[in-house]
Amino acid sequence: MAFLEIKHASKTYHSGRARTEVLADINLEIAEGEFVAIVGYSGAGKSTLINFLSGLVAPDTGSVLLEGKPITGPGPDRGIIFQNYSLLPWLSVFGNIALAVDQVHRDWSADRRRQHIERHIAMVNLTPARDKKPHELSGGMRQRVSVARTLAINPRILLMDEPFGALDALTRATLQQETLQIWEADRKTVVLITNDPDEAILMADRVIPLTAGPRATLGPSIPITLPRPRRRAELNASYDFKQIRAEVTDYLLKSSDHRRLGVQRSLILPDIEPENLNTRSWTSTRRPVRRSEVKTETIET
Amino acid sequence: MSTTAPSGSSRVELFDAVVRYLFLNLGVPALAVALFLAAWSGVASTVKVSFGALPGPSAVANEAGNLWQDHLAERQRESDFYKRQTERRAAFLAKSPQGEWKDRRYAGRPTYIDQIVTSLKTVFVGFLIASLVAVPLGVVCGLSRAFNTAINPFVQIFKPVSPLAWLPIVMILVSALYNPTEPLFEKAFISSAIVVALCSLWPTLINTALGVASIDQDFLNVARVLRLSWFDKIFKIVLPAALPLIFTGLRLSLSVGWMVLIAAEMLAQNPGLGKFVWDMFQNGSSQTLAQIMVAVFTIGGIGFLLDRIMFALQRAVTFGRTAH
Repeated sequence: MAFLEIKHASKTYHSGRARTEVLADINLEIAEGEFVAIVGYSGAGKSTLINFLSGLVAPDTGSVLLEGKPITGPGPDRGIIFQNYSLLPWLSVFGNIALAVDQVHRDWSADRRRQHIERHIAMVNLTPARDKKPHELSGGMRQRVSVARTLAINPRILLMDEPFGALDALTRATLQQETLQIWEADRKTVVLITNDPDEAILMADRVIPLTAGPRATLGPSIPITLPRPRRRAELNASYDFKQIRAEVTDYLLKSSDHRRLGVQRSLILPDIEPENLNTRSWTSTRRPVRRSEVKTETIET
Repeated sequence: MSTTAPSGSSRVELFDAVVRYLFLNLGVPALAVALFLAAWSGVASTVKVSFGALPGPSAVANEAGNLWQDHLAERQRESDFYKRQTERRAAFLAKSPQGEWKDRRYAGRPTYIDQIVTSLKTVFVGFLIASLVAVPLGVVCGLSRAFNTAINPFVQIFKPVSPLAWLPIVMILVSALYNPTEPLFEKAFISSAIVVALCSLWPTLINTALGVASIDQDFLNVARVLRLSWFDKIFKIVLPAALPLIFTGLRLSLSVGWMVLIAAEMLAQNPGLGKFVWDMFQNGSSQTLAQIMVAVFTIGGIGFLLDRIMFALQRAVTFGRTAH
């Protein structure tokens, strides 16, 4: 029995009459202490997949199991680091982390909780910004707060939903390195969602590609045997790294071949037919005819 | 020589900028007010009403001074009265130590300042009632689509009702239900405050509901992941997140309340600014118009001040936008 498991899960979203099967037949097994990265296209359903694990979204079919027991809802045993940080803008750095710590470690004394919070702020190098509000922080600093908040509740599993996606390249590289260092200290189970193969290979023990949607599903997992601790600068020159990256990228590109490459656009025509101005009579004017018409055309590239 | 010291030309530019700023922000409004006063005094002398000419700015300013003098004189009379009473009591008790003495309260008429204070008290009590009803109701509306749909018809129908329509109903209900032996508040005061509440709770209700309903889903996800209790979710996530819109609603409510108050006081005979205007109108003396105009400017000025206070509060609770 795997530590964390998804079996035959699928999810369909309805929007008006349109229904899109985002994920189909997702199967995933993760061992305790493993760092797994799922790489996929934007909009392929990556966030839905990680929300199966967090419990924020339930699959339509199939099941999600933690140590054999089904996951029915979110909980602090699975800490999430959101892409958009989800910090509460009216609370300071300390306040944001305190909200989580006060809730999860209720039985601790106030002093112990305060020390615990201070330690986590120091861990992500934010002690000078302890009393700042999120809008006074840069994107990278906000994400650090989010990491500290999640780690402070000591979850068994860390779920990271494109954690560095909104950051500039240099900040992203720094935060990847910092996060790896923090992880290597206690090697929690981590599921990382990303659209960046480099990031996945740098950080994870195992990379699993998610095929292009709709009906996205997981591809074969690719073990990353590169020795730890990994340094980005060293990896760039590594032959193995390039080999794995080519493998991941090829698989993802192939998976999207079945999608027609091109642009689909809808032309919305005026919902009306012109009035006949030749009609002379005052009594029997022909009313303008309305008909709903949407013409869809596909431009091949 | 320091290189940061402004050179001659840039100092002139700075001076120009300051002058332009002052002219735009102080000079232009002052000019507009001066023009208005000139036009007013020009027109006023030509308009004849049944009791003399329309008062100009100087007549109105004069009347404001008179009202202030009246206030001071009345206060003087009051303190004189109490002084005399104390002396008389001392004399009475000296003559017959077993005798029973009863202190009397001064029964002078309320001055213009007293009436302003009464109006402010009334509007705050009404506003407080409205807030206590509207904020919790708005939170429930924002959290529950069903409740919001249920309450929506009432909001839509009662929102546009004039205070003058509510007042008779409220007055009758207050007379029927509020009959304590030692009344803490006047009936007119309670009726006015309730009418203010009835008319001013809608903006707060609607804005609170909107604020709660439009909370970022991510904030609620944080609450779900942490498994916050319902109580903690409301007080730690929902209310703080909705606070900027709640305060927008409260600000609108207070200005509606202040506007409604004058009408309510006129009809309910609550001794505030509304009653003052009505009494002056009934007087029909040569100062009537000037006195009413003083009241108009007072009402406007206080309304403006209340709005500024609420605006400052609103700014204080709006997070993230103070940086500009």
